[in-house]
Amino acid sequence: MILQDFIALSPILDLGAFCLVTMLAIAFRRNHARIAVCAFLSCLFTLATLPWAATVAPRAVTTLLVVDGHALLYMGLILSATMVIVALSYRYLNSQFHEQDGVEEYYLLLLLATFGGLVLTTAAHFVSFFLGFELLGLSLCSLIGYLRTRRNPLEAAVKYLLLSITASAFLLFGLALLYFESGAMTFHEVGVSVKQWQTVPALWLGGLILVLVGIALKLGLAPFHMWIPDVYQGAPTPITTYIATVSKAAVMALLLRLATEVGILELPPVVHLFSLLAVVSMVTGNVLALLQENVKRLLAYSSIAHFGYVLVALLAGGPPAAEAVTFYVIVYCAMSLGAFGVVTVYSSEGGDKDRVEDYQGLFWTRPWLAGMLALSLLSLAGIPVTAGFIGKFYAITAGVDAGLWWLVLALIGNSVVSLYYYLRLFVTLFGEVAVQEALPQQGTVQRSEFVSWTAVCSLGFVASIILVLGIYPEPLIQLIRESVSNLLMVVAQRP
Amino acid sequence: MAMALWLLILIPILAAPIAWMGQQWSRHAPRWIVLGALAIDFILALWLGGQHSAGQASGHGAWLAESHTSWIPRWGISLHLGLDGLSVVLILLTAFVGIVATIASWTEIQSRVGLFHCQVLLALGGVIGVFLAIDLFLFFFFWELMLIPMYLLIVIWGHAQRRHASFKFFLFTQAGSLVLLVAIVALALLHQQATGRPSFDYADLMGLTLTSEMARWLMLAFLIGFLVKLPAPPFHTWLPDTYAEAPTGATIILAGILAKTGAYGLLRFTLPLFPEALNEVAPIAMGLGVVGILYAAVLACAQTDIKRLVAYSSISHMGFILLGAFAGTELALQGVMMQMVAHGLSTAGLFLLAGALEERYQTRNMGQMGGLWSVTPRLATMTLFFACASLGLPGLANFIGEFLVLFGSYATQPVMIILASLGMVMAAIYSLGMMQRTFFGRQQDTRTASDLSNVAFGTLLFIAGLQIWLGLYPKAVLTTTKPVMEQLIQHALVSANTIHVPSESLLSSHIVTSQGSTP
Repeated sequence: MILQDFIALSPILDLGAFCLVTMLAIAFRRNHARIAVCAFLSCLFTLATLPWAATVAPRAVTTLLVVDGHALLYMGLILSATMVIVALSYRYLNSQFHEQDGVEEYYLLLLLATFGGLVLTTAAHFVSFFLGFELLGLSLCSLIGYLRTRRNPLEAAVKYLLLSITASAFLLFGLALLYFESGAMTFHEVGVSVKQWQTVPALWLGGLILVLVGIALKLGLAPFHMWIPDVYQGAPTPITTYIATVSKAAVMALLLRLATEVGILELPPVVHLFSLLAVVSMVTGNVLALLQENVKRLLAYSSIAHFGYVLVALLAGGPPAAEAVTFYVIVYCAMSLGAFGVVTVYSSEGGDKDRVEDYQGLFWTRPWLAGMLALSLLSLAGIPVTAGFIGKFYAITAGVDAGLWWLVLALIGNSVVSLYYYLRLFVTLFGEVAVQEALPQQGTVQRSEFVSWTAVCSLGFVASIILVLGIYPEPLIQLIRESVSNLLMVVAQRP
Repeated sequence: MAMALWLLILIPILAAPIAWMGQQWSRHAPRWIVLGALAIDFILALWLGGQHSAGQASGHGAWLAESHTSWIPRWGISLHLGLDGLSVVLILLTAFVGIVATIASWTEIQSRVGLFHCQVLLALGGVIGVFLAIDLFLFFFFWELMLIPMYLLIVIWGHAQRRHASFKFFLFTQAGSLVLLVAIVALALLHQQATGRPSFDYADLMGLTLTSEMARWLMLAFLIGFLVKLPAPPFHTWLPDTYAEAPTGATIILAGILAKTGAYGLLRFTLPLFPEALNEVAPIAMGLGVVGILYAAVLACAQTDIKRLVAYSSISHMGFILLGAFAGTELALQGVMMQMVAHGLSTAGLFLLAGALEERYQTRNMGQMGGLWSVTPRLATMTLFFACASLGLPGLANFIGEFLVLFGSYATQPVMIILASLGMVMAAIYSLGMMQRTFFGRQQDTRTASDLSNVAFGTLLFIAGLQIWLGLYPKAVLTTTKPVMEQLIQHALVSANTIHVPSESLLSSHIVTSQGSTP
């Protein structure tokens, strides 16, 4: 390893070092605020190393990791999202936890999960893939059950644990089969061997499908979505946000790399599998979301549907697809952060506010908070001026460009269905304030006038991202195009 | 000049937050801000239109004013605005109807006044954007932008069934919009296939030659997108509920302006972009128009709810627009233009009156009214006037519109036109029936109610004056839009594979020339 390798790896090394620092800081002295700031700064400093790493990218560091524009872009996304989540967590944990219960490890686990996410974005080898996957999954598992005195989080944690184990089992077996047939462990070499075969061996294909099932489990694509609503509902809200954004973005970054380097989208069975997953996810997610009375569950089902849309974009294949997927994932992270962020902030004022009724007439009592949720919902529904519209436009464009008419039609039909439940929540925000709640509202209004500045800053940041991307997406599009060309170039360059 | 186009859009949008904040200063401040912003817009549009008639001699075809800035070069999307006679007329109508809507809600809206007027301005800003945008992506952007404020207007200030109505409104229009979006994207990508770079620009896409199969599908998608808004059957079911449940101001905006965006889309985009498929699709579209005229007229006769009656009459009138738009003669297109303006005015008046009645008697059921002529003479006279306008009394603007449409399309589809004329007879039946049930006969409700306020009465008199003026002197509108319509027809005739029977085109050109001297 030479100096340039270290520079290229600096984000990962940096975050790893900060994990240690945070751990030592906790061991030295427990202090919630200090550790939260430490975690926040860890992400910030890691974020600052990205431009430095970009000077030597693209670069393959050992056979395990590749640091290129694609990885760096997703790293930026993951780290920014983590920062927002850390900022939102502090008050939430304060309201749900007693100081002496030990909340500090929460931040350490969060950083470890993010570390796993960073590894996933750079993974170019089965081993690094699996390591990142497990690091992310195990950290998340303990984070979900972090409120260990309550029933729901524990139930959710057990469910997530079972899911993680199942996904890992599928993944490991699949990887073993891939190795058995192609004799290689790096994505690239596997891709080369695929090109040499006249017909793809059945065993190899089976292995690939097992791997994809493992990924689909993590992404929560239907019919592997059973865990999503329960875990989303049971987990502490900041962690729900984390699962919805960072965890999914990291896995998506990996899937994109796998898809381009191995060229799996040129195999008809995989295309059929993905089309099926896309349609089933869209339909299941949207139809079941119609029935939900709990905001977190509603957003959970909607996330299933959104990853169905992402798959439509992915299936288009080629550079436009990678571009559309990346754009959509970034946009999706921003709007999920917005929606779940509001739930987090609102719940930080005592008790989980996750029923739809809790939001009745919120606009009249808390205009800014409700406005933020309304903006996120409009974005999720894909209405212009918000980023969600450009994202949906991108997905449709990629689909039409590749001639996937049926999938595009399914996407449109589902968008219309999804409007119904987004609007329902949206309308609730503008409904009349119920009388019996209006009276105690007097007290809460006074208390809620103090909205913590962290919440204001983080939600303001997310809102500005949603609006800026909705009105002027060109700079991000250029950035994504560079990173995508980077991704494809690496594939082309290597012998 | 280019800046003025942006001002047209930005004035209402920027005034919107001010109107919201204005609530703190006084109860009426938001209303005055809306009136001020729209008046400035109106004068600005008038000024731009004045430039138009001055520069008209120099030759038509180019935009009178244009503004072009790159926006998302990756997809060939630009901030491209253009103004011609068609847009001028519609923007004037928008600003005017917006003012009427504000006056109509002067006493009705008492809660959250600031937010209401904020939404009104945002919606109108979106509509003006729709009338100006000539980049298809930008057009769609504005097309969607006007939806959310309208939705909020209905859902917050609407009547008892507002939730149901607003959902229906939103889902229908959004479904139509998404179909439209796919077609727009497909067009841009076809442009990419043909020239190597995607483009959403109107001029670029006009030059695109499509296979007839592709053109047919895309035209159908455009048609669905716009017919939902217009609306024409079978996409009209959202309309009666929405019009009835929305607050009066919002109903006036919906009926007076938003319906016109659908018609505008037909004229501006659907006709010129797909001349290849025009011959195939035109009979279907015209058929839908006729069905709309008759079906809605029959249903209007059966209504007991006064707002629903006006709503159905609105669908019926929109049928004429659809009919004329696809007739393929300049005369019919001019009729469409006239009908858009006339219907905008008459329907604004009628909904204002219906709203006033509802405010006084807390019901829209005509069965509970009757004999109100003596109680509210001003209201009654004005309703009689607008009922006559709506049924197409000669001398008023609606008559000119409907007459020109029927006259202009007779050559292409005689049978359909004969059927459509029945619509005018039906209009007399339901309009006069409405008068009969509300103002004549035995008085059901003996409560005394105040008559129209001076402001409302004055506004209605002013609209009535406009109706008479345009009815007697339609050239005011027709000359402004004439170059646009001529160009439309030429484009359609040149690009379409000229299957037109020579005698037929002779006939239509004959009508055009005879028309030139008469009105």
